[in-house]
Amino acid sequence: MDAFEQLGKTFFDWEAMAAVLPDLLTVGLPNTLLLALASGVIGTIVGMLLAIMGISRNRVLRWIARIYTDIFRGLPAVVIILLIGLGLGPILRQLTGSTSPYPLGILALSLIASAYIGEIFRSGIQSVEKGQLEATRALGFSYGSSMRLVVIPQGVRRVLPALVNQFIALIKESSLIYFIGLVASERELFRVGNDAASNTGNLSPLIAAGVLYLCLTIPLTHLVNFIDHRLRVGRKQKPELEDLTTMSEGARA
Amino acid sequence: MKAIESGTLTGRGLHLSFGSNHVLRGIDLHVERGTTASVIGPSGSGKSTLLRVLNRLIEPDQGDILLDGRSVLKDNPDELRRRIGMVFQQFNLFPHKTVLENVTLALRKLRGMSADEARRKGLAQLDLVGLKHKADARPGNLSGGQQQRVAIARALAMDPEVMFFDEATSALDPELVKGVLALMADLASAGMTMVVVTHEMGFSRNVSDTVTFMDAGVVVESGPPAAIFDDPRTARLRSFLSDVL
Repeated sequence: MDAFEQLGKTFFDWEAMAAVLPDLLTVGLPNTLLLALASGVIGTIVGMLLAIMGISRNRVLRWIARIYTDIFRGLPAVVIILLIGLGLGPILRQLTGSTSPYPLGILALSLIASAYIGEIFRSGIQSVEKGQLEATRALGFSYGSSMRLVVIPQGVRRVLPALVNQFIALIKESSLIYFIGLVASERELFRVGNDAASNTGNLSPLIAAGVLYLCLTIPLTHLVNFIDHRLRVGRKQKPELEDLTTMSEGARA
Repeated sequence: MKAIESGTLTGRGLHLSFGSNHVLRGIDLHVERGTTASVIGPSGSGKSTLLRVLNRLIEPDQGDILLDGRSVLKDNPDELRRRIGMVFQQFNLFPHKTVLENVTLALRKLRGMSADEARRKGLAQLDLVGLKHKADARPGNLSGGQQQRVAIARALAMDPEVMFFDEATSALDPELVKGVLALMADLASAGMTMVVVTHEMGFSRNVSDTVTFMDAGVVVESGPPAAIFDDPRTARLRSFLSDVL
């Protein structure tokens, strides 16, 4: 067997891939999606709170947001995952009786995601021209309503590409959950692929897992490009609605 | 336009500092309802700041603001601003909303109008500024002059008792200035109470009932346009007029 054939066997053993595929699709993929989605949603909500606190006129709120962000953005993801997953395990067990570290994995990923997403939202909101807040307040809206109705929607729109990038990072980072030890049914893509690779001594199952990651992340990167293009070039201008408006007016009369 | 029964606006002894920068140094301004007061003066004289203090976008350090003879400093500032419309140099339309939504946002969220009711009022208001046919466009697809007319419609939709114009034509291309000034003149002759901060001396002279000349945070001179423009008494006003006319 020459070296080329050897490489092919190590990485592209179709039988080994076929053997692991059912587990990847029925166990790994749903778990990866669940981890990424749950921590993405929680991270977005907490991130928005952090962003609002970060631009608040209240110094204490600003400080809390600052310290939180510095810590969870500054530490390696695996450190946070281990500290939360192992450290809070006993507490979770006392409170709920559950021994599964799975929720703690979601918590750890959410904490990391919210720190990044908070900074993304904050930069977006702060990039909105001051005149927007001023004009909304001049109409008689409170500070809170002005932010909610006018400033934040514009700020979020501007950072949608960065936000999707963060979701891509989450899908990949969810693989680090394997550090805290999961039972067979809780394994995500990487762990399923890795277990099969260890068992067979062949890396092809990991390649299969990698392909599934790409199936998730590549469409998202194209979504980023699409949103980015749309934001820069703008939506296609709708045809003049002049006739439509007069028509509906006539119908009303 | 309905008869306006209120809108007499008075500022008394208004002071404002930003740190060590004393921007307003005891400003008095009185605008009788149904009249137009223009405020002129060099850049940095505090004219735009004065407007923002009068509707409490910025709270004064000292002094009083009266609407129809009653102090409004103890009121909720949001309530006050619903009674005073404001038009900005940079238009400040909401770019993520359609032209019609720009006009109806406050009607729906602050006046609690139904979608239908707000739409009808919004279209009527846009018709008034000649832009009903742009109701579904985005502000970014309009010319500067059209954007400013939408901004005027947005402010008028709330039926304000007073309208503020903060250098409303300064950011416009020269050929678009006329249309906006004509609209403002129409409003004035329809009996709207207006405070107009402007560099347009022609507008100030021809449309306003009183002219206030500000410099370095104080009112240097004020009076009817004829007195200000034809018979300036102070050296500062004379030198300002010779610079701009």
